[in-house]
Amino acid sequence: MSDLYHVSSSPHVRSKDSTSRIMLYVILALLPASFFGIYNFGFRALLIMLITIAGCVASEWIFEKIVHKKSTISDLSAVVTGLLLALNLPVSLPWWEALLGSVFAIIIVKMLFGGLGQNFMNPALGARCFLLIAFAADMTNFNCDAYTGATPLALIRENNGAIPADLNVMDMLTGRTAGTIGETCVIAILLGAIILILLGVIDLKIPASYIITFSIFILIFGASPFDTTYLVAELCGGGLMLGAFFMATDYVTSPITPKGQIVYGICCGLLTGLFRCFGANAEGVSFAIILSNLLVPLIEKFTVPRAFGLVKEAKKNE
Amino acid sequence: MGLKTFIGGVHPYEGKELAKDAPIKEVLPKGELVFPLSQHIGAPASPIVSVGTTVLKGQKIAEAGGFVSAPVHSSVSGTVKAIEPRRVAVGDMVNSIVIESDGEFIDVGYEGVDDVTALSNEEIIGRIKEAGVVGMGGAGFPTHVKLSPKEPAKIEYIIANCAECEPYLTADYRRMLENPEQLIGGMKIILQMFPNAKGVFGVENNKPDCIAKLKELTQNESRMEVCELMTKYPQGGERQLIYAVTGRAINSKMLPADAGCIVDNVETIIAVYHAVKEGIPVMKRVSTVTGDAVANPSNFLYSIGTPYSELIEAAGGFKVQPEKIISGGPMMGFSMFGLDIPTTKTSSSILCLSKDAVSASEPIACINCGRCVEACPEQLIPSRLAKFGDRGLSKEFESWHGLECIECGSCSYICPSRRQLAQSIKTMKKLVLAEKRKQK
Repeated sequence: MSDLYHVSSSPHVRSKDSTSRIMLYVILALLPASFFGIYNFGFRALLIMLITIAGCVASEWIFEKIVHKKSTISDLSAVVTGLLLALNLPVSLPWWEALLGSVFAIIIVKMLFGGLGQNFMNPALGARCFLLIAFAADMTNFNCDAYTGATPLALIRENNGAIPADLNVMDMLTGRTAGTIGETCVIAILLGAIILILLGVIDLKIPASYIITFSIFILIFGASPFDTTYLVAELCGGGLMLGAFFMATDYVTSPITPKGQIVYGICCGLLTGLFRCFGANAEGVSFAIILSNLLVPLIEKFTVPRAFGLVKEAKKNE
Repeated sequence: MGLKTFIGGVHPYEGKELAKDAPIKEVLPKGELVFPLSQHIGAPASPIVSVGTTVLKGQKIAEAGGFVSAPVHSSVSGTVKAIEPRRVAVGDMVNSIVIESDGEFIDVGYEGVDDVTALSNEEIIGRIKEAGVVGMGGAGFPTHVKLSPKEPAKIEYIIANCAECEPYLTADYRRMLENPEQLIGGMKIILQMFPNAKGVFGVENNKPDCIAKLKELTQNESRMEVCELMTKYPQGGERQLIYAVTGRAINSKMLPADAGCIVDNVETIIAVYHAVKEGIPVMKRVSTVTGDAVANPSNFLYSIGTPYSELIEAAGGFKVQPEKIISGGPMMGFSMFGLDIPTTKTSSSILCLSKDAVSASEPIACINCGRCVEACPEQLIPSRLAKFGDRGLSKEFESWHGLECIECGSCSYICPSRRQLAQSIKTMKKLVLAEKRKQK
């Protein structure tokens, strides 16, 4: 037995897809929204992104050093979390609050629950909600060099559901409105969504069920029922598009069962509609998604697919 | 309407171009041949020769050990050297008959049949059983058992598994091109036993020349048709093939016959032809010797029992040092640590890879991406089943339908975190099934 060959369980070949490559695709898909954020809100937007990304990666690295775990920063998931968090923050947020958010996202939401793949809620959204509660004033202050005043959704709400005269739905599509760094430009987000879908990172099950459910809810229970302009404004306003395509579709915190993904999308849509129509805030995407995240284990339990060939057997027995 | 196929599946690198154009070449064994007594599913065969016995080529050397079993025949003339446990491709030690070839290849004499149509079903089954025909695609299920369903009249399809969906393998491809009349002849014999069945050749569309050839040769055969299938792994899985051809879905508790189907692969049907028509037992087969480490990838017709090392020698040896040697295809084959291992009735290929993708990839945490779910041809949730397996949660494993796994390996192949999903699931499946047997 001079030459022994490798022995392992089959299969003996592997596809080229890797976790870090998927994360790279997500970063690529976030670039249109990021570039627009910098273009729209100025240099400070870039600064916030750098702080949150550096904060997330450094938190993960330090945490793993302390607990003597192998470093996992090369999987790029911390970069994705950092960038997503930045896109969900107002540009005027003090830098240290952004940094604190990153630390919260990685240490509290992700690492303490076991790291990549184990967290039960989206780290970026968890951090955003944390900041929203801890620094409510800073997190809802959308005054900056480019814009002053409230976000479109807040304006519509103040106006009892009617679109104010100075608010243009076209501006909401192109992102020339107040809001967080990455949520305003619907066109840039949709461009990123197309990249995600074409690269096979996500499919339409979650975003479609989310957006359709939300639309139906708004058409019925919204401040201006069955008003399509109002619906378009609600769809383009706030974090809905960013949430539906980039946050609700987070693999770790969404169901793995195909039917479960649709149920989960519907949950997100219902909760967002509920929070927007009846809540204290004009916005509700973040809370809707993290609440739905919590429902994932339950949803999965009830949506275990029937294995191939078992469907027919069940029918026969009836 | 798209091409016929199944739900799920993956598209691994095909690698068929390596050996595709190498015509089938006969390789004669040199010295010692080893015949494991368990080359099939079921009871091992029991030897009817002893050390020192002289045997002829084609002589039966071991008798079937029961109904679900198959006899073994010597593929050379020579002397029985030993009856002892020998290492086989799957890694086990199996009691084997070792025969030293005299290099003469003197046949024992076979009883051919001029008019097969005059044979009764019992006679046909008897000839198949005596010839030791088993599923030669890899599983090794005794063919005479498969062809004896409870209600023969309810069989509507005899499906020839011509998919050859495992990457790199080209043996069936060459068989279809070079010996299609034997394949069709074998199909005719099987159809004779099932008056209500039609014969379907299910071929993946990456073999257009085979499709054209089979179509041409069966155009006057009213009971046969060629079914073009999408090239996707595991298209040749029994349940997947049945679904693609007939639209009928079966599960782990059903037999293909429950859906009115019998599936046999190319090499098996050719063996049926030789057994029934010519009375020749299973002692030769075609296998592919391929991979990027082999000097001349080839398709060889050789005597079963020949060690793998001789086949590699016949293919010009290695051009680079391989890291991994696989008996079978890269998706479901068995890796072997050495080459001093005999070929058996189920050896479809020997694949020599210069790089081992498995040892090169470090598994990391599951990110729940669901690629395994999309790939699973059984619509399972492989990542969860693997987790249940690793934690020994047999109840959860069963309620998430883990026993339906066909062990095709698509989940491990596609996993971006390089997790050994199939391995965990296969192990758990074995444990659960063993536990069930114990309870009975």
